[in-house]
Amino acid sequence: MLRTRFQQGLDVLKEKLLQMGGLAENALERSTVAYQKRDAQLCQQVFAREQEINQLEREIDEIALDLLAMQQPMAVDLRFIIAVLKINADLERVGDQAVNIAQRTLDLLQESPVDVPVDIARMSATVATMVQRALESFLDGKADLAEAVLEMDNIVDRMKDEAFITLVRRMNEDPAQVRQYLDVLLIARNLERVADHATNIAEDVIFWVRGADVRHNAFLDRNQNNQ
Amino acid sequence: MGVGIEVKGLNAWFGKAQVLQNIDMSVQPNHVTAIIGPSGCGKSTYVRCLNRMHETVPEARVEGDVMVGAIDVYGNGTAAVDVRRRIGMVFQKPNPFPTMSIYDNVAAGLKLNGFRDRAELDSTVERSLRQSALWDEVKDVLKKKSGASLSGGQQQRLCIARALAVEPEVLLMDEPASALDPLSTGKIEELIFQLKEQYTVVIVTHNMQQAARVADYTGFFLMGKLIEFDKTQKIFTTPSDKRTEDYITGRFG
Repeated sequence: MLRTRFQQGLDVLKEKLLQMGGLAENALERSTVAYQKRDAQLCQQVFAREQEINQLEREIDEIALDLLAMQQPMAVDLRFIIAVLKINADLERVGDQAVNIAQRTLDLLQESPVDVPVDIARMSATVATMVQRALESFLDGKADLAEAVLEMDNIVDRMKDEAFITLVRRMNEDPAQVRQYLDVLLIARNLERVADHATNIAEDVIFWVRGADVRHNAFLDRNQNNQ
Repeated sequence: MGVGIEVKGLNAWFGKAQVLQNIDMSVQPNHVTAIIGPSGCGKSTYVRCLNRMHETVPEARVEGDVMVGAIDVYGNGTAAVDVRRRIGMVFQKPNPFPTMSIYDNVAAGLKLNGFRDRAELDSTVERSLRQSALWDEVKDVLKKKSGASLSGGQQQRLCIARALAVEPEVLLMDEPASALDPLSTGKIEELIFQLKEQYTVVIVTHNMQQAARVADYTGFFLMGKLIEFDKTQKIFTTPSDKRTEDYITGRFG
């Protein structure tokens, strides 16, 4: 069948998106390690590689557009391409968050180090796991794994809330170092955003595999857990 | 191998009615080019001008230049028969010779040209049927079954095999799948995609989705004029002309 040509197009799309996922994961890792090790060079690497992510985002959109226009995909194929388009945008945003973290880190390096009682390393590791599992669920179309990612989002939300409370208290106690505390607070927020993007990716995988829109329910669950 | 087609200033008439106006088009060798447009836009007439079929209609007339590879189609001293041997044609309705066997249908063109070598005929028939993706379905009944006994989709692939047997350089297809069910249509589309490795294919279709699926280049005709001609991808994602966009989005036509 002619579908073989179409299938090739879908394969290319998947491969490119996984490549995009690898770049986004890499950027996230570099930025969080840069923060932990106070490494300005790693920050520069994050900035330098952002263009690559942006370029690949455009390329993936273009392939998806061509497939939609020329192959008239239906059912699971249609859902797959729609999911890829949305995941693509989320991965590009993950790259942006990594750039933000690297910027905050450079800013921190201008100031004297402070003791911050917030476990950014643990938060980074949790968020990185979410992104990695979301991408793995996409690789094999594992909706169960995607569901596990949704559940992890609550944990990261709580981490961010705790970090906010702790850091705001510190700012009051130690106003001279407010700039450092604010940078860390922003980094915690960037990481929380990355977790949201991983959650979106997982939801899109579930939509692709099961044809189910779980966004609303997932949103309700998160709100309930936050209260 | 396929050859390119260069069309310059092509005009065509039925009696006093002009049906094609000043068409210029460069058809790339070994690519699939689709011609789309609403009924009566001149798309069938256009391809029939490429192999001098238009002039077989009484009072029909053509002006302009058509080069198929090195052959000047409308040049003095170019015989229509020679042009048609280089440019095979497949029509909307499958038209196998009804009383002939499958084998004789495919061999007909060669026999007409005085070909008699048995072994070579056999191998040409097999090659053509393989190229048209029909061989596996008919190889055991080649001489037992008539062309008319096949299903519609098989008949169309038989007609494609018949066209390929004389080793043309260009294959013209006028709505080759519009009388077929979706499964047979899929087979024909896959076939078209494979045939371009060896031939230049020009396909007329009123099924835009089909053009999008199979063609590398697409030309949009409207009221006898070529409105837009570009890569298929461009035509179906960002056409340059408002009329093309209106047609492919179903706003008119």
